[in-house]
Amino acid sequence: MTTTASPPTRTVSPPPAQQRRGLGLRSFGRRGALAVVVVAWLGLWTALRGRATLEIGGAELTGFHEWLDRQRDSLAAQRDTNWLLQYGVGGISDGLNATVDFLRELISEPAFPRPFPEIGYLGVIGVFCLIAYAVAGLRSMLLVLVSLLAFGALGYWELSLDLLIVTLVAVTICVLIGLPLAIVMARSRKVDAVVTPALDLLQTLPSFAYLAPLALFFGIGPAAAVVTTALYAFPPVVRVAAHGIRHVAPTTVEASRSLGSTPWQQLRTVQLPMAKRTIVVGVNQTTMAALSMATIAALINGPGLGQPVAQALQSLDVGAAVVASLGIVIMAVMLDRVTTAASVRGELATRRGDSARLRRTALAVGVVSAGYLVYLSRTFSWAADVPESPDLGTPIADATSDASDWFIDTFRDSTQALKDGFSYGLLNPLQSVLADSPWFVSATALLAIAGIIAGRRAVVSTAICELVILGTGLWNEAMNTLTTTLVAAAFTMLIAIVVGVWMGRGRLVDTVVRPLLDTLQTLPPFVYLVPFVALFAASRFTAIVAAVAFAAPVAIKLVADGIRGVSPTTVEAARSAGSSSWQTITKVQLPMARGSVVLAANQGLLYVFSMVVIGGLVGGGGLGYLVVLGFRQAELFGKGLAAGIAITALAVMLDRIARYAVTRTGRT
Amino acid sequence: MSDHALSVRELWKIFGARADRVVGTADADLPRSELKERTGCVAAVKDVSFDVDKGEVFVVMGLSGSGKSTLVRCLTRLIEPTAGEIVIDGEDVRSMSTARLRELRRHHVAMVFQHFGLLPHRTVVDNVAYGLEIRGLGKAERHAKAAEYIDLVGLTGNEHSYPDQLSGGMQQRVGLARALAVNPTVMLFDEPFSALDPLIRRDMQNEVIRLHSEVGKTMVFITHDLSEALKLGDRILIMRDGELVQVGSPAEIVAQPADDYVRDFVSEVPRSHVLTLRWVMRDPLPDDSLEGPVMPADRVVRDAAREALDSEHPVRVHDGDMFLGIVDDDAILRVVVAEEGAA
Ligand SMILES: Nc1ncnc2c1ncn2[C@@H]1O[C@H](COP(=O)(O)OP(=O)(O)OP(=O)(O)O)[C@@H](O)[C@H]1O
Ligand SMILES: [Mg+2]
Repeated sequence: MTTTASPPTRTVSPPPAQQRRGLGLRSFGRRGALAVVVVAWLGLWTALRGRATLEIGGAELTGFHEWLDRQRDSLAAQRDTNWLLQYGVGGISDGLNATVDFLRELISEPAFPRPFPEIGYLGVIGVFCLIAYAVAGLRSMLLVLVSLLAFGALGYWELSLDLLIVTLVAVTICVLIGLPLAIVMARSRKVDAVVTPALDLLQTLPSFAYLAPLALFFGIGPAAAVVTTALYAFPPVVRVAAHGIRHVAPTTVEASRSLGSTPWQQLRTVQLPMAKRTIVVGVNQTTMAALSMATIAALINGPGLGQPVAQALQSLDVGAAVVASLGIVIMAVMLDRVTTAASVRGELATRRGDSARLRRTALAVGVVSAGYLVYLSRTFSWAADVPESPDLGTPIADATSDASDWFIDTFRDSTQALKDGFSYGLLNPLQSVLADSPWFVSATALLAIAGIIAGRRAVVSTAICELVILGTGLWNEAMNTLTTTLVAAAFTMLIAIVVGVWMGRGRLVDTVVRPLLDTLQTLPPFVYLVPFVALFAASRFTAIVAAVAFAAPVAIKLVADGIRGVSPTTVEAARSAGSSSWQTITKVQLPMARGSVVLAANQGLLYVFSMVVIGGLVGGGGLGYLVVLGFRQAELFGKGLAAGIAITALAVMLDRIARYAVTRTGRT
Repeated sequence: MSDHALSVRELWKIFGARADRVVGTADADLPRSELKERTGCVAAVKDVSFDVDKGEVFVVMGLSGSGKSTLVRCLTRLIEPTAGEIVIDGEDVRSMSTARLRELRRHHVAMVFQHFGLLPHRTVVDNVAYGLEIRGLGKAERHAKAAEYIDLVGLTGNEHSYPDQLSGGMQQRVGLARALAVNPTVMLFDEPFSALDPLIRRDMQNEVIRLHSEVGKTMVFITHDLSEALKLGDRILIMRDGELVQVGSPAEIVAQPADDYVRDFVSEVPRSHVLTLRWVMRDPLPDDSLEGPVMPADRVVRDAAREALDSEHPVRVHDGDMFLGIVDDDAILRVVVAEEGAA
């Protein structure tokens, strides 16, 4: 960061040089102000530490928490008398539970009095392969086949299908509600102006923030899991579809209007077909979001593969966690590839006029074979039951357990030293400043910092969010979570800049690393916890490392794109004047890619935050842990819900600061 | 009145909030930039009136931003006019209900666009049949009709191609066929050929001339290319900054430009190709010979030149049986030589 303040190199062509000189001056002013705030904060911390920290004990409840508990109880009591609860929430809840149960009995659970589901093992494979072929083609079908076989071999057939059911029911709901909404949004500026901020908010919230409030209304179980998942996964499909519809070539829409089409005809014949591909991209994003939330919804008793992961994380059974998360990874790759292939496919399929007949024949054969497999699976138990062998789950579990034990034992001293160094050298001091200062000191300091880096609007948002956090009675916990987040975000940015610059400067590196990052991005956050628990057991350190791993791919890609976007002529000019690579990077490429770097920091921060909260499951402590406890212990429900609210406030605060900081740098 | 296919009276289109508060006030007379500064509104079409006869090719010309596209879209209310009157086939367009307006667009007026506006996910035949589909025609029927028009524009054999498999010129033929297929009485063209390269553009202009002679539709044709305007237009309307500057036949515009703007426009035109004898003749003086050859007043100078110069006597210009004036060698030479000097 010192580079921006240093005088510009003579080698750079004038316009960027001037631009950077301006930036340098301004950021020096800001930096000075920041330094003043930090020094003042440290001084007050030394003088007043330990006073008015608002720390409360683990089982201690505030009036607000008890009030929330009473709300839950009274909601439960009114469930049969209150019209809205009974027919509104209750109706939705019953309908969703019935749908999920129906689908589970159809494919994953014994359908009483049968010992097997209506459609057994072979039948399910047949039907899913047929669907994959129909919507996405042959390659996707093979991928689905292999994935399904893997679910069985890992020993998680039923739970995998349950996860798939929750995910797909949620996605269906998102599409059924989201598509009409997107159409309306694309046509009406007013609706757009109302819906977009709401979607923004939904997307800002980390997944954990959804759990408690929905559990309040829907209880725990499949219905709550589906609703949470649908809410979390809702924004992408609406956004992307609305964007797609809005950006259909205006001349084509006009041509259609000029021929006297009705609005409905325009939609059906022009806008939807032309936006189809974009809409499917939205469905893909929604599906991936739904999968990640559906696994987390295991915490509110959502059925599926999240359950064994959550249990294994709790009991620190690394082997079981690894096997179950392997299933989730396979599911993620499968859903991603199939929906992506589906988006490309539509047009191609209609284009190849002559092979249409071939395809129709293949489909007919597929329908007959799938039908036959379903028949077999309903008639013979060998076809309905998941085969005992090959059993991959047990050996993988054993091997990873052993490896993990070995690693932890062998490197106990060095990992402990690493963790201790990290804790005592970095985390604890920072946490002490944030959380052990009197609350009003931290609050004021945060306001000042928000104002300096992001401007006046950020101060207003920060103030409101701080008030909400104070209201939840969890100020101290929130400061702990904030500490963890800031540390993880700093490491994320370090990695993002190093790897991003490396990728941005080398095409080859980019082509190798990018697909890996893309895949990492599709994995649900739950999965990230597992390998680090295997390496470092449960601790705050583990949560931080997982958060860094989760956030790094996004941030790296943004930095790499920024570096790549720097005009090659400028870079060439710098090189021709004899700059070393280091000089080129620090004096030309990074400063010029500043916008992307700040954007990477923004995104990285939000990703880190959502993962830090989930890290409460593996010893991360803070607000996330309170959310988890809230589901485990009835008397802590109110406190968990309050933690959810505090998480929301903290997320909004971080988002606003990061966002206004981005628009600010964008303007300079 | 009734022999006009289309008439437009005092048409205004002002873009911007509160646009309807501008017309009829003093603000309306302001130049565009001042209006924009004062009210934030853009006057795209200002007080334009004209008539188009049945079967006429009426060209609207002007520099970029002069309001041509807006004007032509106002005719079927693809853009809602701010004020004025539009009559098509004797019916007032601005008072039409939405349903009636759709009828007008489905049966009476069809449009061809600069960027084609084809449906990329449909084959040529489905694109051409699109207007008929909108009307609710059955598949077999509309495909049969579409095939006729595909043939008419010379695309037979490409029925099952997709637009992106065709060249720009072919794509615009699809656009043309789509407009023709609904058998409209009036066709609107918004710079249909400006996205095409010059050779193809010439082909397409000839195509329009051929179609016009075959199907005889009324056409309103937007262009910013003067040679295109002169080639196709029976009459030309010239616009500047939303205002009508001049309407007239090509020869009239070349011979008597209304102001410097128009004069500038036509300065490069080969005058002998456009000017007719009517615009170069004069009244006979007492000592002029009246024994020269007789020619019609709307003959183009270039076509008359050889015979006129060969003859000893000045040409006698007639409109039917009526004697109008004479054209001597000097007059012919002034047109031809001035042009060579300019070139
Ligand atoms: N939707 C709109 N909102 C505001 N102003 C508009 C709108 N459409 C057109 N204008 C303005 O109206 C004026 C006329 O535009 P128009 O497109 O009719 O010009 P044109 O003569 O067709 O130009 P071109 O040759 O570039 O197509 C321009 O100044 C344009 O900026
Ligand atoms: Mg135009």
